[in-house]
Amino acid sequence: MEHIRTTKVEQVKLLDRFSTSNKSLTGTLYLTATHLLFIDAHQKETWILHHHIASVEKLALTTSGCPLVIQCKNFRTVHFIVPRERDCHDIYNSLLQLSKQAKYEDLYAFSYNPKQNDAERLRGWELIDLAEEYKRMGVPNSNWQLSDANREYKICETYPRELYVPRIASKPIIVGSSKFRSKGRFPVLSYYHQSKEAAICRCSQPLSGFSARCLEDEHLLQAISKANPANRYMYVMDTRPRHRVQSWWATQKDIGRIIVRISSKIWNDEKIRESDEKKRLNAMANRAAGKGYENEDNYSNIRFQFVGIENIHVMRSSLQKLLEVNGTKGLSVNDFYSGLESSGWLRHIKAVMDAAIFLAKAIAAESASVLVHCSDGWDRTSQVCSLGSLLLDPYYRTIRGFMVLIEKDWISFGHKFSERCGHLDGDPKEVSPVFTQFLECVWHLTEQFPQAFEFNEAFLLQIHEHIHSCQFGNFIGNCQKEREELKLKEKTYSLWPFLLDDQKKYLNPLYSSQSQKSAVLEPNTVSFNFKFWRNMYHQFDRTLHPRQSVFNIIMNMNEQNKQLEKDIKDLESQIKQRKTKQTDGILSKELLNSVRPESPALKATLSLKEQALLPVNNVLRTIEGSSPAANRYSEYADEFSKAEPAVVSLEYGVARMTC
Amino acid sequence: MEFAELIKTPRVDNVVLHRPFYPAVEGTLCLTGHHLILSSRQDNTEELWLLHSNIDAIDKRFVGPLGTIIIKCKDFRIIQLDIPGMEECLNIASSIEALSTLDSITLMYPFFYRPMFEVIEDGWHSFLPEQEFELYSSAISEWRLSYVNKEFSVCPSYPPAVIVPKAIDDDALRKVATFRHGGRFPVLSYYHKKNGMVIMRSGQPLTGTNGRRCKEDEKLINATLRAGKRGYIIDTRPLNIAQQARAKGGGFEQEAHYPQWRRIHKSIDRYHILQESLIKLVESCNDQTQNMDRWLSKLEASNWLTHIKEILTTACLAAQCLDREGASILIHGTEGTDSTLQVTSLAQIILEPRSRTIRGFEALIEREWLQAGHPFQQRCAQSAYCNSKQKWESPVFLLFLDCVWQILRQFPCSFEFNENFLIMLFEHAYASQFGTFLGNNESERCKLKLQQKTMSLWSWVNRPSELSKFTNPLFEANNLVIWPSVAPQSLQLWEGIFLRWNRSSKYLDEAYEEMVNIIEYNKELQAKVNLLRRQLAELETEDGVQESP
Repeated sequence: MEHIRTTKVEQVKLLDRFSTSNKSLTGTLYLTATHLLFIDAHQKETWILHHHIASVEKLALTTSGCPLVIQCKNFRTVHFIVPRERDCHDIYNSLLQLSKQAKYEDLYAFSYNPKQNDAERLRGWELIDLAEEYKRMGVPNSNWQLSDANREYKICETYPRELYVPRIASKPIIVGSSKFRSKGRFPVLSYYHQSKEAAICRCSQPLSGFSARCLEDEHLLQAISKANPANRYMYVMDTRPRHRVQSWWATQKDIGRIIVRISSKIWNDEKIRESDEKKRLNAMANRAAGKGYENEDNYSNIRFQFVGIENIHVMRSSLQKLLEVNGTKGLSVNDFYSGLESSGWLRHIKAVMDAAIFLAKAIAAESASVLVHCSDGWDRTSQVCSLGSLLLDPYYRTIRGFMVLIEKDWISFGHKFSERCGHLDGDPKEVSPVFTQFLECVWHLTEQFPQAFEFNEAFLLQIHEHIHSCQFGNFIGNCQKEREELKLKEKTYSLWPFLLDDQKKYLNPLYSSQSQKSAVLEPNTVSFNFKFWRNMYHQFDRTLHPRQSVFNIIMNMNEQNKQLEKDIKDLESQIKQRKTKQTDGILSKELLNSVRPESPALKATLSLKEQALLPVNNVLRTIEGSSPAANRYSEYADEFSKAEPAVVSLEYGVARMTC
Repeated sequence: MEFAELIKTPRVDNVVLHRPFYPAVEGTLCLTGHHLILSSRQDNTEELWLLHSNIDAIDKRFVGPLGTIIIKCKDFRIIQLDIPGMEECLNIASSIEALSTLDSITLMYPFFYRPMFEVIEDGWHSFLPEQEFELYSSAISEWRLSYVNKEFSVCPSYPPAVIVPKAIDDDALRKVATFRHGGRFPVLSYYHKKNGMVIMRSGQPLTGTNGRRCKEDEKLINATLRAGKRGYIIDTRPLNIAQQARAKGGGFEQEAHYPQWRRIHKSIDRYHILQESLIKLVESCNDQTQNMDRWLSKLEASNWLTHIKEILTTACLAAQCLDREGASILIHGTEGTDSTLQVTSLAQIILEPRSRTIRGFEALIEREWLQAGHPFQQRCAQSAYCNSKQKWESPVFLLFLDCVWQILRQFPCSFEFNENFLIMLFEHAYASQFGTFLGNNESERCKLKLQQKTMSLWSWVNRPSELSKFTNPLFEANNLVIWPSVAPQSLQLWEGIFLRWNRSSKYLDEAYEEMVNIIEYNKELQAKVNLLRRQLAELETEDGVQESP
């Protein structure tokens, strides 16, 4: 509270972000310990969580007041004009302090209280159980076992305690390999494909500058390939672009034999893929004939694969550029597309997607195990492993399965959420939209496969909201060890039970568990299939959205159908009841009166007649943000005398926080 | 019949057809006067029937004795035929070329087509100007139907009947016609019932370099203004182009002579600029191998979405003048047959709920495009694969349909028709068995005796069995004005047209079906609930009767 000097400022103007004629709403700005709140003259509330604030900027004083521009991590941008400079300055300073906390303990999650008792909270944390998930995948089994090597975080601080490794990999091998790998992140199991017996494993890069080879690491890789009885060949996928790891590549070249190199681009081309397949078969035939490769050594049954996903710094500035372009007032179509191109954002999304497809194909088509790594193995590796699993396993396309996937490949394997999301006042160079990209890839999949996912877009947006909100403990901290030290399970709440309670909002009405149940998704990554995700990057810019949402209508209709089914049952039983009574002919007035009040179903259906039969229409009829002024067709707006009714709502219902 | 002369080889066996996303089909290729037919003669394989008039361009290739013909269609589809035998291949290719570029309209398929369906309603009489005018009953005190153009002598591109201010007589109209490009004097395009304001359209005024004026013209358009009110003139050309037009005898309305009107210049492109935009866009959409940067830069370079944005913006501005400013407007460009019609028709989509119904939209196309004299024959002669580069070939109508699609996407429940309806109209504008889109104006259609000799597209479309394919299951009549967003982030590439042949839409189609199922099921359940409720109520009253004594 010591940061808050001014708690309430009146006569503040909220400018329309895209209006060229400075259209605005006037209202009152409140500053609370956790939120910035703006209430306009129509009593419409705009809540901004302090943790969501990415930057606050005070612009030069104008005649109407002092402008304050706030950019949020959920891509909301608000532009206030505060009448008095002193107030503006106070708010500016307070927000600077409040949006960048120095200590974890000052984050919202540690004070957030959703009125649950300890038992409920604990149950919430136990909702997602990773041991259960590995069991579902089919491990431990005869080839894979749970290793206790990292039980005390002794080998790798950023890994979870429980790790699955090939049964034949002994502890000394694991320890040896971990010393050879950056941050001790040695190859471990991320996903096991039960029917193909192939595995997705993950690790970090081998340490450069270290002696040329590490026998334990070679043994561990061999153990992984041996753990797959279906195919002894395995892929090592380096998710980095080749030019960035040339030096490392050179050492790698010395260690092992590079047999076939395929670039992800070539992978797209059917014909070359076929010829590549032939080459591989030839290579296998050669081996069978005893000819082998030039130098058969320990890595000889490994194929190295580079997929060019850029690093966190490239991704950060890419998003920056994208947001700059989109924030432009009076943006032309050409500037939009050239900005989209020069930001490189969709190219990066496509690269991640292509990598995941390569991974899924290696497992689904070749039954080959794949080891994925990047530099530290917690950014690009998490993207590719999780997305690859999502393509392979329909379970991860359900609401609960998606939570499990995030818990497993992102939270437990140490994606540095706090650093990447900038939860604390830290190094801005560590911030990067790696997880956002993952969500965007999933969104692209939902666009191509509208019936394959149990959840909808709102679910993805809500998760994105909360990786930054620090309202729940899940995403606080950078690895499991840190989370345990912070005692998050005792002091904060888990997000997942809240999302599950609200499940209705996140269900995809078109989901068909049957049609694509066992199917591996094979997305098409032709460039034109990648579109700008308006609902993410302009989530709060309602004027840019379609005015009627097919999705919401179908969702409501689906709900309504369930209700109607129930009504029909109720009505039928009532009719039956009455009929039997009539035929019995012993219906007395008293009996009827006593029956009536006890028939809530009937009441419900009667009131339904006025309401429930029409909700779909009501939804249809509210066409928000649909006024010519909100759309800026022309610079002649000034010519037009009448003031437009301000219907621009900055609140996107779906993303409203549960606070 | 001279078709036989053009068909050198009517039939070739063992031809292989390649289409993207379909397995190759081997069969017999037949050429008829109007169709290219490939039949595998197996029961379960569908036959390919392609109208010669749908063929935009063909390429041939030879590898040894095997010839390959690549056929590029006006609906952007590309198919490949492998034909054994060089001579056969050459013959087929030259036949197709000749048959797809027939000069005489009367040789076109619509003159030969005999419908296999029962005509319930003759589409040629579905949208008569008199009926349309009756819909404006509240306008009758100020407007009248004039037959001054009965013989097409006043304006060759206007229909015989037009709606003009009541206060202006036919003699004045004849004078105004001499002052407007192509004789296109200002006529009523749309009457806004809400406030009695109107959209008029015309050709440019022929002011020339010396600033000619025409009192009757001024009187005509002033007659539409209420006392003390101002109107807007939307010129679809930028000011400098409008100024340049004076040198060629054209021009724009001078403030001095039209003091009650405020002129707004917009810049909607026309002619080959649009055609080139289409060519670039389709070329880019057909390239499956390009990387992201190249795709985005080509999409940008095509300028297609820029044209969409400009047209939509102008239409919204027109609608805004009418609905929000309560002002009447006059819209024109140069001839008043292209960008003018895009704007007037889109403004009606925005303002008028009726034009968002199937019948209303058909009436709109009939009124604002066919009768208003959009030269379909010229504009749709060639499509995205042409290399003739004729100035008059231009996807003006396709741009209009794309704009409608953009609005439909933003208001998916406000239209009675679905995307397929728009795609169907696009196809028929370029190649059709129906006579509706033949000719460049009513006068030409009259001379061709289309009504007697061909079938109207509307006769076919308006049958219940066809209509069901084009009906939007989400439609809920929405009587409001619908204001679309024209921000670049809100506009999208029309995948249903431009990516139609370049990707498999299996999953999207399945999802659409599922959506329809949910809606159908909902209707079913509601009906059942209502029925049961009625039954219950009846039982209750029966009980009541039993109880009362």
